[in-house]
Amino acid sequence: MSADTAAPAPVSAATMPSSPAAASSVPERRRARRKPSLTDSERGIVSDADRRQPRVRRAMTGVHIFLSVTLVLAGLGPLLWLAKAAVTPTQDTLRQPFALWPNGIDWANLSTAWSDIHIDQYFFNTIVIAAGAWAFQLVVATTGAYTLSVLRPRYARVLNSLVLATLFIPSVVLLVPLYLTIVDPPLLGRDHSLLNNYLAVWLPMAANAFNILLVKRFFDNLPREVIEAAQTDGAGPFRLFWSIILPMSRPILGVVSVFAIIAAWKDFLWPLLVLPDPAVQPLSVRLPAVQSQTELDVFLAALAIATIIPIAMFLIFQRVFLRSAGLGGAVKG
Amino acid sequence: MTTTQHPPAAPASRRATPLSWIRAGGLSKLLFALPMILVFAIFSWTPIVRSVVMSFQKTNLLTPAEWVGLDNFQAVLNDPLLGTAVLNTLYFAALALVMGFPVPILMAVLMSEVKRGKGVYSALAYLPVVVPPVVAVLLWKVFYDGSPDGVFNTILGWFGIGPQPWLQSTSMAMPSLVIEATWAAAGGSIIIYLAALLSVPPELYDAAEVDGASIWRKAWHVTLPQLRGVIFVMLILQILATAQVFLEPFLFTGGGPANSTVTVLLLIYRYAFQNSLGGNYGMATALSVMLAGFLAVLSWVYFRLTNRWSTS
Repeated sequence: MSADTAAPAPVSAATMPSSPAAASSVPERRRARRKPSLTDSERGIVSDADRRQPRVRRAMTGVHIFLSVTLVLAGLGPLLWLAKAAVTPTQDTLRQPFALWPNGIDWANLSTAWSDIHIDQYFFNTIVIAAGAWAFQLVVATTGAYTLSVLRPRYARVLNSLVLATLFIPSVVLLVPLYLTIVDPPLLGRDHSLLNNYLAVWLPMAANAFNILLVKRFFDNLPREVIEAAQTDGAGPFRLFWSIILPMSRPILGVVSVFAIIAAWKDFLWPLLVLPDPAVQPLSVRLPAVQSQTELDVFLAALAIATIIPIAMFLIFQRVFLRSAGLGGAVKG
Repeated sequence: MTTTQHPPAAPASRRATPLSWIRAGGLSKLLFALPMILVFAIFSWTPIVRSVVMSFQKTNLLTPAEWVGLDNFQAVLNDPLLGTAVLNTLYFAALALVMGFPVPILMAVLMSEVKRGKGVYSALAYLPVVVPPVVAVLLWKVFYDGSPDGVFNTILGWFGIGPQPWLQSTSMAMPSLVIEATWAAAGGSIIIYLAALLSVPPELYDAAEVDGASIWRKAWHVTLPQLRGVIFVMLILQILATAQVFLEPFLFTGGGPANSTVTVLLLIYRYAFQNSLGGNYGMATALSVMLAGFLAVLSWVYFRLTNRWSTS
């Protein structure tokens, strides 16, 4: 998990495959520079000679049609339906789910969802959770990887194996003891329980071995000459970290950021447990909770609102997303 | 390779005083290591150890924990629901393999062969992955409406198929969860297979063509063997993920109807957090430890394999 190691939420099949990215980041980057995206391969199974045959050409047209139809139906279809249903009165959605506004468009669904069922507040909570999780994960991952890869104190080897070992521990074992840690934090005691405190979400997410592995492998592959030159010029560990290492690490920081924000946005079980107060809960926890008392059209509008930011982020940073997801391919590089 | 700024190790180790340690940069090194050490110690290492300890204890948060030996494990193994939960989880995993595993491979191979539109196709395929899982489940719950005017039942009606009960029937509930889970996860796998297909050396295809291989033979004898490693890794990852399935049964059905979708993780959750007698943390950790032992072996195999492949 990749990003899920800390969060005890079961690692969904969607997030799991990101783990193999651990394999290598710099070779990947090198390859990525030669081939900026998944879209230009040199050649595949079908050769240019094959493509000149009319039979193959017809088949390729068939493949195009098949891909367009299935991917539009499966990828876009549910989202388009949600977008439509978000502004459709309940009765129309229930009676004719595929009719396009037989009785007009109901824009009020969106504003009702936004203000009356407090989606605005939960939306804000979600952003706060994602932003904090992002910041804590970046700080821990970069300083930790810097220690293990560049500073290498004598205990680095032990530390490295202890961190890596947590990758083998399925997040499910953390669920109960981590919850009790939040209820009764060490040193602070039960009177200072972290329940309903965002730190209870941010800090466990920062204990993410996968991030550290990813960033460490990247640091390991940075040119040693640059680091040594900076050290000869008298740069101390702080200067080296801030002015040399971090500026060179933008690509991997982008990948870790995408992982961190998406994981925080998706997380459900852990915030459900440690944020029992509805006023601080994120969308993912509130949406199932409000379902029973909300009219269907308003509820679907709320679902649509909750989907907008991740979709928008994906459309803007498509390349980073797809490359992060595709990093998995590096395992067989 | 040494990258330390000052080479203190040799003299310092002979007469290590706090002062010489600081002078050698020990303090600043520790400062950088501290965030990682702290969050891992409190939120990862200690809970992992505590999980094992707690599985042998009776804890209720009010009185001090007491040692109960194997009682928790015995209680879990005697729970009549355990068998159901294990079988349901295996059923989910098996269905997910049959329905979901070959689809992304096929889609990725087709997508890598088309000359134009690859970017659009990958974006479309990845869209469901971006939808927050909770939203996806709640939306599909609407799709699975069992009335004749439900979304899926309307579609079935176009083909002359009568309305299905979907989540309301013991036999259809689990397949319904798997269909949604497959939809939600396939895009990620497709992108990984696409990336893997990129790294198939083109020379192999050229060589196969010199030998007169047809498209089918190239796919079968070049592409698939080259993907073997990734396919195996994805297989293990999928088993790891499906063994811990929680969100779908929890939000779709809550384990029903008639316990037909209770999974192992749902059972752990019930022991700990949905217990009218107060959380039975001992039983919950005992079951977690048993599940984790099984999964740790799998992820160890996975790590060994990816490590070998990434270095080769």
